[in-house]
Amino acid sequence: MSKITKMSGRGIYVQGNDIDTDRIIPARYLKCVTFDELGPALFYDERFHDSGESKGHVLDMQQFKGAEFIISDANFGCGSSREHAPQAIQKFGFKAIIAESFAEIFHGNCPTLGIPCLIMAKDARSALADLVQDNPQEEMFFDIETMQIIMLNQTFGFTMKESVREAFLSASYDPLDELMLNAEAVAQVAARLS
Amino acid sequence: MGKNLYQKIWENHVVGQLATGQYQLFIGLHLIHEVTSPQAFGMLRDKGLRVAYAERTFATVDHIIPTTDQSRPLKDDMAEKMIQVLSDASSDNGIEFFAPNSGRQGIVHVVGPELGLTQPGMTICCGDSHTSTHGAFGCIALGIGTSQVRDVLASQTLAMDPLKVRRIRIEGSLSAGVTAKDVTLHIIRTLGVNGGVGYAYEYAGQVIEAMSMEERMTVCNMSIEGGARCGYICPDDVTIEYLRGRERVPVGAEFELAAEKWLSYRSDADAAFDDEILIQGDSIQPTVTWGVTPGQAISVTELVPDPEAVSGLDRNLISDALAYMQLQANQPIDGVRIDVAFLGSCTNGRLSDFKEVAEYIKGRKVAGHVRALAVPGSEQVDLEARQLGLPEIFEAAGFEWRLPGCSMCLAMNPDKLVGDQVCASSSNRNFIGRQGSSTGRTILMSPVMVAAAAIEGQVSDVRTTFNLGTVK
Repeated sequence: MSKITKMSGRGIYVQGNDIDTDRIIPARYLKCVTFDELGPALFYDERFHDSGESKGHVLDMQQFKGAEFIISDANFGCGSSREHAPQAIQKFGFKAIIAESFAEIFHGNCPTLGIPCLIMAKDARSALADLVQDNPQEEMFFDIETMQIIMLNQTFGFTMKESVREAFLSASYDPLDELMLNAEAVAQVAARLS
Repeated sequence: MGKNLYQKIWENHVVGQLATGQYQLFIGLHLIHEVTSPQAFGMLRDKGLRVAYAERTFATVDHIIPTTDQSRPLKDDMAEKMIQVLSDASSDNGIEFFAPNSGRQGIVHVVGPELGLTQPGMTICCGDSHTSTHGAFGCIALGIGTSQVRDVLASQTLAMDPLKVRRIRIEGSLSAGVTAKDVTLHIIRTLGVNGGVGYAYEYAGQVIEAMSMEERMTVCNMSIEGGARCGYICPDDVTIEYLRGRERVPVGAEFELAAEKWLSYRSDADAAFDDEILIQGDSIQPTVTWGVTPGQAISVTELVPDPEAVSGLDRNLISDALAYMQLQANQPIDGVRIDVAFLGSCTNGRLSDFKEVAEYIKGRKVAGHVRALAVPGSEQVDLEARQLGLPEIFEAAGFEWRLPGCSMCLAMNPDKLVGDQVCASSSNRNFIGRQGSSTGRTILMSPVMVAAAAIEGQVSDVRTTFNLGTVK
């Protein structure tokens, strides 16, 4: 685990409020005992007809191939707790997600995998989405320290959960090692509650 | 200033603060199932870690199990593998596994409460969003991802930020034909699918106090659909009497001591809340969804919305949802033809749900074009239903009475919609493709509304179908 402070890459706008984890990864792809093969199934039913023919989804548009940041609207990742959803997003090649808000469980799943969830106010988020739509080949740069995204000389502020921001900056976004350090205190609580 | 239940349980379970500012929260009960948990054992192995408190974790299978033929090996190779991996991991790590045909298998959120594993004052986790169900007993019950399942297995703790608490009081009483499911759909419709982000919901008021534990579980179950991290109801005599005599609760004097302790977790009379909402029970009507999120809901007497009445993205969301559902703006939802009726799930797959529906469908017939499924939530629900002769009543009416599991709630098993079928469903999500067909259409409603829809062959007001008195 190393610090996550700055990232750069191209963006893609996946439009919609309340994009649920069933849409991000349909339930039939949850039949697995590892997460390794999930990338191609990302947004599958939004992207392909039952016949396998492409629906021309934004993820499959040539100009957005290789994008590394998803931009969406409000309440991204609602529904099921399936970690398969952020796993599929990451394995498809995305590094971060920018939205007006995130559903709680999804928001909790992402940091452990090293995926920053950047919260951006509606107007700025719309402007950024428009900029990405119009300039698919241009990179954006974000900095968790300054909480700013810069694209084509325009600056967009974002927020993060403070504890999550701190976790990225201090390379402790996977909490397990720290949780394991306190085994004795945990044992005392366990004894008290048994 | 007093404390609310969330604060009391939180303080009782905090191990300490982490460097990030988050807290390390001890988890009293951990439930696991075959879809989101087997991978966590692999993660443990990769890190050379072992399960720390195996006696606090319990496993069962629910999502992928077929509801007709459960004989092993399952016909679906991957489903069989998932059960096997969970079963092996459980036995390797000393975790109790409620296997099919053990008498204890079922949907994880039905099994925990009915065995008495779920007890007031606990922190409870499961790799499933509907873990919020257990909040009905006065618990902090959290759905978590697989990496967090790993954290709980390895350390029996989670890294958490504290939540704000919103008390939702529902006062007065419910009208005939209005159920706990309508209460929860009404709340989500009113506050929105992301209205609860950052909050735990405390449900309170006369309507909640008058509910059975099964009804309270239905309300807490769908907290997550309203965006809340969890939902709970303060324990009372109804809670205590439900738990008395359950398999995994103390007996005799020890039970009385435990009960006293459980009641002490209730929110104090002078507890503070970060927000408070008041809803009058008699304002709630039988409620159904018309769109593709649980918040896109209306009373059965209303018309579906008109996208032209709003602007911006909201207009797109409504028109896209109407197009997917093949509904017209301003059309009545009452009368929409259905193809499938599904009774079951962790929301409404308990004995009381089937008992209530049985009273209505006795001597009636499901419409000829409707496929109707009744799926008990657990082997124990199935057994008790059989003792009451319920399967015979359902089968005589034209329902299929099936084996316990998640079934058509999420279609990870053979129970799926076909093409663009419309399903009147007692489950919890009407997301696009949720019931197994990428064009399938789900209309969420209460179990008695599902019964009315099954009999009429179309969405129908339960009060009209079953002559329950004046429709407001």
